[in-house]
Amino acid sequence: MDYHFNFNFVWRYADKLYWGLLLSLEIAFVSILIGMVIGLGLALAYTGGGRLVRTAIAAYVEFIRNVPLLLLVYLVFYGIPSAGGFAYDAQTSFVATLALYSGAYLVEVFRAGLDAIPKGLIDAGKSIGLTPWQRFLYVRMPMMFRIVLPSLSNVYVSLFKDTSLAYVIAVPELTYGANWIKTNTFRVIEVWLVVWPMYLVTCYVLLHGLRLLERRFSLVRR
Amino acid sequence: MSQSLVQIRGVKKSFGTTRVLDGVDLDVAKGEVVCVIGPSGSGKTTLLRCINLLETYDDGSIKVDSVEVGYEDGSGSRKRRSERALAPIRADIGMVFQLFNLFPHLSALENVTLGLTKVRGISKAEAKDRATHWLTRVGLADKLQSLPSQLSGGQQQRVGIARAVAMGPKVLLLDEITSALDPELVGEVLSVVQGLAKDGMTMIVVTHEMTFARDVGSRIVFMDDGRVQIDGPSREVLANAASHERLKSFLARIEMKH
Repeated sequence: MDYHFNFNFVWRYADKLYWGLLLSLEIAFVSILIGMVIGLGLALAYTGGGRLVRTAIAAYVEFIRNVPLLLLVYLVFYGIPSAGGFAYDAQTSFVATLALYSGAYLVEVFRAGLDAIPKGLIDAGKSIGLTPWQRFLYVRMPMMFRIVLPSLSNVYVSLFKDTSLAYVIAVPELTYGANWIKTNTFRVIEVWLVVWPMYLVTCYVLLHGLRLLERRFSLVRR
Repeated sequence: MSQSLVQIRGVKKSFGTTRVLDGVDLDVAKGEVVCVIGPSGSGKTTLLRCINLLETYDDGSIKVDSVEVGYEDGSGSRKRRSERALAPIRADIGMVFQLFNLFPHLSALENVTLGLTKVRGISKAEAKDRATHWLTRVGLADKLQSLPSQLSGGQQQRVGIARAVAMGPKVLLLDEITSALDPELVGEVLSVVQGLAKDGMTMIVVTHEMTFARDVGSRIVFMDDGRVQIDGPSREVLANAASHERLKSFLARIEMKH
């Protein structure tokens, strides 16, 4: 094997990777935030709603979860605008897609969390005279949050990695930046050898941060 | 009994086809400690949970301090009060649970102050004082900042009592509060309840502790088949148990367990 590694080309365009990573994080952050609102809202609607509401929510979840994300990305970016006769920029389109996608996963996470709150705690809240809204705010939410934190960590990290799919609609995130360098310098191995640890370290830091959060909010004090 | 604090009339409830309460009448006067005993499945706990409408009931009336609790006053069809409207009524009816039901994410102190600040609208500082007073009273002055997971069952149950009593309820409902405790922890919880009885707290106590029922209870109510079978002064009821077949066999059965 007489391949000579040359990382100079990668370093020359390092700003593409740097800004790409920041954009990946931004996309993940905004999508997850919107996804959380969707997920929580629908989980509550599911728990408290009638059959029609439940069916509609279940349909949304199944429709989104059982198709590849890539297909959704294409559908939202190319399909919807051409059918509706309008256009939006790639980044907005991708954020919308990822938000819808994460929403579907988070509905299930939050719903499981709400179901897992011991009924006795709700009784206790009622017995001291908390109104439904107060029970939601001071009992159900804090409990649900603690119950779902470990599964949230998984969803967050996996969604962050999913931002790499934005590459296919030319959103200049990390994978797009890497691909640009590869195409323009032909240093294929070097680029991916740099991008790989960038994803790895970011995911690791994310997970570690969430672990700390879990420990901070643990119901068992060590 | 002219002016009962708690007045239960003809309460009926079924779970599916099973009738759990079959026309229960019960009066509790202010300051009384009424111990409700009976075999499991006799409807004791359900009756207790109907009083603050943790369970709905199909027919009858339950008044606390002359206020119809679960259903709006007025004739015609029974209209269930909304959860919002129930909240202030429930705040006046304290409840202590078999499985403690402490909020696990809150410290002992916060478990007690939550209702004081959010429901009673008391300032944080005053709520903290009041909660500290009650937690000290139940012997937990050194556990204010502990999470429920750091407390023993007996300690958790005493927090549960403090949480209920600090609200200043008109009546306290105790639902088999020592059933989930190790035998050696039962005493510490019952002595707290005994103290409350001395203070004149009105209580309805579902219990299997016969010694407690005899010594602390002013009355014993024996339930079976969803009805009140016997209702009388504690010592009298226990003294005459031999003449009542069902009570006799019930007492013999729990005797064997102990």
